[in-house]
Amino acid sequence: MHIPDGFLSIPVSIVLWIAIIIVIGYALKRVGADLGERQIPLMGVLAAAIFAGQMLNFAVAGGTSGHLMGAALATILLGPWAGILVITCVVAVQALIFQDGGLLVLGANIFNMGVIGVAVSYMVYRTVQKFSGGRKWGLFVGGFAAAWLSIEVAALAVGLQLALSGTSPANLAIPAMAGIHALIGIGEGLITVGALAFLYSARRDLVQAGASQAPAGRLVWVAGLLIALALAVASPLASSRPDGLEWVAEQNGFLNAAQDPTYNIIPDYVLPGISNEALATILAGIVGALIVFGVALGMAYARRRRPQTG
Amino acid sequence: MHIHFLDPYRPRPSLVHALDARVKFVLALAFILTCALTPNGAWAAFILLFAIILSVEILSELGVGYVLKRSALALPFMLAALPLLFTVPGETLVRLPAGLAISAAGLERFLSLAVKSWLSVQAGILLAASTPFPDLLLAMRAVRIPRLLVAVFGLMWRYLFVLADEALRLMRARAARSGQREQPGAKRGGGLAWRARVTGSMAGNLFLRAFERSDRIYMAMVSRGYDGEARSLPPPALRHAHWLTLALSLLVFILLLLIAYLLE
Repeated sequence: MHIPDGFLSIPVSIVLWIAIIIVIGYALKRVGADLGERQIPLMGVLAAAIFAGQMLNFAVAGGTSGHLMGAALATILLGPWAGILVITCVVAVQALIFQDGGLLVLGANIFNMGVIGVAVSYMVYRTVQKFSGGRKWGLFVGGFAAAWLSIEVAALAVGLQLALSGTSPANLAIPAMAGIHALIGIGEGLITVGALAFLYSARRDLVQAGASQAPAGRLVWVAGLLIALALAVASPLASSRPDGLEWVAEQNGFLNAAQDPTYNIIPDYVLPGISNEALATILAGIVGALIVFGVALGMAYARRRRPQTG
Repeated sequence: MHIHFLDPYRPRPSLVHALDARVKFVLALAFILTCALTPNGAWAAFILLFAIILSVEILSELGVGYVLKRSALALPFMLAALPLLFTVPGETLVRLPAGLAISAAGLERFLSLAVKSWLSVQAGILLAASTPFPDLLLAMRAVRIPRLLVAVFGLMWRYLFVLADEALRLMRARAARSGQREQPGAKRGGGLAWRARVTGSMAGNLFLRAFERSDRIYMAMVSRGYDGEARSLPPPALRHAHWLTLALSLLVFILLLLIAYLLE
């Protein structure tokens, strides 16, 4: 789910950066009002816990294993705004330190896991809570549904963004992402329910405190519903008509000039003065390789000499 | 898989390590942006970009092998772009069975994407391996990331290893109690749902421990005069040499992009 650099086009990346800057700015204000001076230690340690919690895995089948991602758990226990900030920190550190996901596309990754994951989790969980009237089953059903749907909708968003960037055809990327994450989401749901069951018996107050922030999250509830609906409608449409999506992308300048010369086998990187195109290309390649190794050798040489000369 | 929990910072007496973290942070982002902006199929530009990153790798004394090995991390995601080989219209290069055909344009787009992503990952690895995290926090503040968020990052980093240890202890306790066998393929205990439930209890446990720890940390902070304001020293001024490095490198990136577009 962590998109590396190079897989999203610049416009898609920029739009999502702007989106998360707005959301995080607002979330910081809300959390500051809710938690006050406790927010830094609480969110810092819980972000570390979510990060460490992703190490906990269990065997599924054939050597594969499932592990926690934690957007739903964080949302249920901390409320939506703090949840967004905690997941933002986790995703950012994963990208910055462990190269799980790129830096230029960090905005997109934060949007998918932090904003979409949290908003959808919150919407589902609150809705189930309301129906169950605060009874115990609502906690578990709500927890499972929130975890599963948050993973699934975030995966749809990733597929859609890849398609919009012209990286992966919509009719393949979206069903593939949705299919794989429908399974991954079950693992996430089971772990989330297990965690909630443990916390329900150990610290019932914690579980109920997170759910009690009803008025604080109406905006998130609506946003979660809209995101889930929009993606549920847009994804099948996009995957049934991949050309339509590419057309839209082109109209909006998403597929930028960079992809224009798609019909050239060999772009104009040929050496002047050599008529045979294939030969010129090979020569250009050799020159390029020589540049690389020349620079590398020069660097290595300079470095070896430096200790001697002081 | 998130088991690579060791701090990626590798101290070396190199020029790259000595460069100011703020400059490195901006340059790494600029390099990745340059990769992203380079047109597909601009192989000359890609070769130059590779030469740049390779020379920085050598300068950093981290070992080119170390960086290249870690850069394989991004490879699995290439699967997502693999269909490009077959779906981009263009002249057919290779015909495969089952009616698939690799087009030249598709190959070009796929390879460009792979190269871009591979080069970008190397920049990220270099940044993380040559810069201690506290310096990165300074860089984040320099690019105007909200101070509060930076403070949360800092605290998260400080407790990441503590909580990773907690998680490892939980896993060791589970392995000790459930008699997990080492051989691959040995039958696991319990059903899938049971195993997931046990893992869930561990996650809940970890969460609870973290929650209570944050309480103690908060008390400790308050008793030392914490009043909700994240204070830090003003960042030191950038030296002239670092300004110069920044300006020259950015100029090189811009020139590279110009060349890439002009050659097209």
